Amino acid sequence: MAKVKALVISGNGTNCERETAFACRAAGADAADIVPVWDLVAGEARLSDYNLLCLAGGFLDGDDLGAARACANRYRHARIAGGDKRLWDELLEFIDAGKLVIGICNGFQLMVKLGILPRLEPGDNRQTVTLTFNDSGRFDNRWVELTCDRESPCIFTRGIESLEVPVRHGEGKFIARDSALLDELSRRHLIPVRYCDPQTGEPTQEYPLNPNGSPNGTAGLCDPTGRLFGLMPHPECNTHRTHHPRWTPRPDLPEEGLGLKLFRNAVEFLR
Amino acid sequence: MAHRIEVGLLDGVPDAPGDKIRRRILSELGIEVHRVLCVDVYTVDADLRDDQLALVAKAPLCDPVIQRSVVDVPLGNDFDWAVEVGFRPGVTDNLGRTAGEAIALALDRPFGEGEAVYTSRQYLLTGKLDRAQVDRIVSELLANGLIQRWTILGVDDYRSAGGFETEVPKVTGTGRLEVECVSLELDDRSLIELSRERVLALNLAELHVIRDYYRRPGLRELRAKAGLGADPTDAELEALAQTWSEHCKHKIFNARIRYREEGREPEEIVSLFDTYVRAATKEVRAAKGPEDLCLSVFEDNAGVIRFNDDWSLVFKVETHNSPSALDPYGGALTGIVGVNRDPFGTGQGARLIFNTDVFCLASPFHAEKLPKGLLHPRRVLEGVREGVEHGGNKSGIPTVNGSVLFDIRYHGKPLVYCGTAGLLPAKIHGRPGHEKKARPGDRIIMTGGRIGADGIHGATFSSEELHESSPATAVQIGDPITQKRMTDFLLVARDEGLYSCITDDGAGGLSSSVGEMARDSGGADLDITNAPLKYAGLAAWEILLSEAQERMTLAVPPEKLPRFMQLAERYQVEATDLGCYTDSGLFRVTDHKKPVTLLPMDFFHDGLPQMELEARWAPPPDGDSPPAEPEDHGEMLKSMLGRLNICSKAYWVRQYDHEVQAGTAIKPLVGEHDDGPSDAAVFRPLLDSMEAVAVSHGICPRYSDMDTHAMAQCAVDEATRNAVSVGADPDRMAGLDNFCWCDPIKAEKNPDGDFKLGQLVRANRGLFEICVAYGIPCISGKDSMKNDAVIEGRRISIPPTLLFSLVGKLDDANRAVSMDAKAAGHGVYVLGTTRRELAKSEYYDQAGGQGGAVPRVRTDENKRLYRALYQAIQAGCVASCHDCSDGGLGVALCETAFAGDLGMRVDLRRAPQEDTDRDDLLLYSESTGRFVVTVPPDKAKAFEKLLSGTAFSRAGEITGEKIFQINGLSGETIIDEPLADLKEAWLKTLDF
Repeated sequence: MAKVKALVISGNGTNCERETAFACRAAGADAADIVPVWDLVAGEARLSDYNLLCLAGGFLDGDDLGAARACANRYRHARIAGGDKRLWDELLEFIDAGKLVIGICNGFQLMVKLGILPRLEPGDNRQTVTLTFNDSGRFDNRWVELTCDRESPCIFTRGIESLEVPVRHGEGKFIARDSALLDELSRRHLIPVRYCDPQTGEPTQEYPLNPNGSPNGTAGLCDPTGRLFGLMPHPECNTHRTHHPRWTPRPDLPEEGLGLKLFRNAVEFLR
Repeated sequence: MAHRIEVGLLDGVPDAPGDKIRRRILSELGIEVHRVLCVDVYTVDADLRDDQLALVAKAPLCDPVIQRSVVDVPLGNDFDWAVEVGFRPGVTDNLGRTAGEAIALALDRPFGEGEAVYTSRQYLLTGKLDRAQVDRIVSELLANGLIQRWTILGVDDYRSAGGFETEVPKVTGTGRLEVECVSLELDDRSLIELSRERVLALNLAELHVIRDYYRRPGLRELRAKAGLGADPTDAELEALAQTWSEHCKHKIFNARIRYREEGREPEEIVSLFDTYVRAATKEVRAAKGPEDLCLSVFEDNAGVIRFNDDWSLVFKVETHNSPSALDPYGGALTGIVGVNRDPFGTGQGARLIFNTDVFCLASPFHAEKLPKGLLHPRRVLEGVREGVEHGGNKSGIPTVNGSVLFDIRYHGKPLVYCGTAGLLPAKIHGRPGHEKKARPGDRIIMTGGRIGADGIHGATFSSEELHESSPATAVQIGDPITQKRMTDFLLVARDEGLYSCITDDGAGGLSSSVGEMARDSGGADLDITNAPLKYAGLAAWEILLSEAQERMTLAVPPEKLPRFMQLAERYQVEATDLGCYTDSGLFRVTDHKKPVTLLPMDFFHDGLPQMELEARWAPPPDGDSPPAEPEDHGEMLKSMLGRLNICSKAYWVRQYDHEVQAGTAIKPLVGEHDDGPSDAAVFRPLLDSMEAVAVSHGICPRYSDMDTHAMAQCAVDEATRNAVSVGADPDRMAGLDNFCWCDPIKAEKNPDGDFKLGQLVRANRGLFEICVAYGIPCISGKDSMKNDAVIEGRRISIPPTLLFSLVGKLDDANRAVSMDAKAAGHGVYVLGTTRRELAKSEYYDQAGGQGGAVPRVRTDENKRLYRALYQAIQAGCVASCHDCSDGGLGVALCETAFAGDLGMRVDLRRAPQEDTDRDDLLLYSESTGRFVVTVPPDKAKAFEKLLSGTAFSRAGEITGEKIFQINGLSGETIIDEPLADLKEAWLKTLDF
């Protein structure tokens, strides 16, 4: 059996590294290391030593130039000490080696702004979609229900029909470069998770069920291989029954939160 | 030459932030604007080539999917007015800093000395507006003249001028200002004048002590040897003033007070703090014996208690009132990131786990004309809310508890309480985590942000009332990301054992942080030659006293220094060696080899003379005139639910991240629709453990008008029962007291100062008695004594306000309880006796009642109940539990029902009561020690058995139909309302 070694990058405004690493471990990863981005830049730690990369939630560089944009710039340009490689080069090698990447919230924003999602063709790393301010113009912390596209190639959402998770963001509205692209993403099942109406299970545009106004209820995105996945909601914050906002009136909730299944899927795939 | 890069949205992309501003202009100013578009402006003051500018304008400054950018030409078209708002020189510009870093990285060209990026925000307004309206929109909503500058252009001027001019808000100082000597050999009047001019906030007695001290021959000799004259230097005087400020030394809490109370012998109290606060903790700890949780109280930046064998819990609450009055956003933001550094700088440094915030504000619907210089309460509210949002969310610390209170008297100074808890390893490299000590020879290291003129005189400024000419330098903008980088780095340094002591740079800056740590070693030689500055042109005293944010000072053993510096560089955190700790007995500061201060440590810290103050108190007149009983109880209940102090605060709560770190087991909003108001939060700080801490607070300033003794006790009781409600153990709790008072020193301009001090004495007594009775130690606290504004000759004073914050232990978060009703058929129990205690109640204010009795705390009765309830919760008998506070039983019952989206039927005759002979008085009395509890039928017997010996009764049941029904004392139904209508009344008031 292959070892599953998860890397959760921390530092520079990342906030959710601990619970994300915890979720990886709870899902069965053999290791889940929290490594400051500075250690990667210093060459003290290597992406290539891992096979599951988690880009966790937070406020990279304070989201000052728009969510994760300054950090995308950092990843593209920062040089790794002791050589002439950039962090960007290592990231592409990681992706091209068939490994898994999950970006959550700020990590999803980072993936999009790096151009590694949706990455319709291998090697096409142009930014073609973005995540920007919620229609409400405000940060929102609330629980939403997601419906999963069962035909999506996404490795992480395999076997999951729907999922309750919290969102905690101010810039989660998904915008594609043009409507043709949006159509293509839908057609190719690259939108694995959508905000839905819990009553009907159908994707919704209705606030607050859809907290940011993303078209087609788009809550996440994967690449055609299904190995690169980003989503705005926080599955790492639904790994235990007490995470659920209504665990007290629902004594029958299982001990393990359904968010953990995403991480289990990743671990299983890598085994 | 500086260049302007303007970035705006592509046509057709909706501008959500712009639209939000449009809505606010309408709702807050009543001005209709058709459209608002935002443009980000980066003024790049660096020598870049055209191709370089074009490149960075594309990326990283622009999002290619939704934005476009231009260089040195205006971007706007199709608008009527353009407004550009930028910062004044020297104000922290976080966006500018990030943009500068990003540009340098993208071009692989580090910025040189003096090169920087400055940002401003452009608003393009479309609509039929006149110049006066635009002026109002800018000055009352978009900008704050204290920290920002702006330009307004009509579309024609904009076109003919080719957009806005390039302005570089650079601080243009050069070199370093000379150290001055300040003679104190002046007459009394001139001394007072000197104190006022320099914002020293020293009184005459204190000035005399300093003057006399400098006359000592021994000191003169010592100074001569060091090359200093007989007069104090400006830096010495400033350092003394900051160290001796009310803010730092709590002079009023430590004063000798002559206290007179009507009909009683006058008494003398030497130090309220020692007599009541510290004494209560001492008694509680002694009584607890081996069960004592306290590890470090009143010594460090925050209090420390035991969490379990491996971890300690650190907790602190601060206020940031004065800066928040001047600039609500910046003041509140610095408030939260400032208090973060308290637990972070406690012991060897704690990882931060949650925030709690309480705001006391004037009504956002205030319609009367405001005194000059005061911002509209709605603006204060939005600014404070957003400041704490950015500070908390960006730091990755969940805001799990808090409240917002409204009273018109907070419009002079809003109260902004910010609290933070941290988790500290019980042992670090074999040393207790809560212990630290700077040793002679350790290096003085400053880390984090740079020093500027910002925040100078923060400590002395907050030790005065607010007035028209309050200094703008007291206002700052916090920078959560610089702080986050620093705390990430320092936690690594802590775990590697790289420092022996740490504290934060807060009030009084380096003077205070190094001065405090030098008490451990016995002195310090601080050399500010290399102190990292934001800009040149500062005087030595300013460097010493600057309260610029995001800084921590450490003591690093010389052998650990190379590794410490290596790590700092890797984490991109600035760290500077500023000399060493000594045992010389002196606080010596030098700058470029010249002496700046030479202060003997004992005088510096202990030379302050004790204040002597007068206090008096008399009870309010007797009498109780209740309002006429309402004809329609249902309507009255709706009015009560919609009151500002009762209505839903979901608007705030949702904009604060309350779940990051994945530990929040009882969230601020609970129930079937995630909107029931929790009494307290339950937080699991360790992801692999169910051990948890409950965090709650109590605050009851309305009762101060009757008796601050009751006010203080009600606050402690409220905090306690809130924590008990969610399942915390009443025998394992610890508290924090934050007093915010109006000036309690009698003076010509403050004629009832002695009464306010009398109120402070009563509050302290109340606090002492209840803490001892409940066995809750105070582990830290703070006081803020000058919450007055004198504007246009009129004094606006806050009501005396005590915030009591509390942490309590739960062994198993699975046992925690939320406040929402769970299922039809569950019994509704009322716990605790309702008495006729409606003075200053929400009900009397709503319906027009006068006088009456203020709620009193029966500590024995309550304690018995809390222990029994804890047992019942542990035994799994309790389905929901909600405390009765503002709005009493009526509101608590109703909230329990609609949070669970279930109906309720209650018979008031069955609620435990004494002398409440009217339905309205019974429904809305604010007696302490009461809960509404729901119990599943199969647990009723066990529940009742566990509660036996306390005042409780089954008063009704939860029903499946969504109707809230109350039968009154006559047996008739007095309230019969659809749940949805009641909830709507509760939701709509603050649904911005």
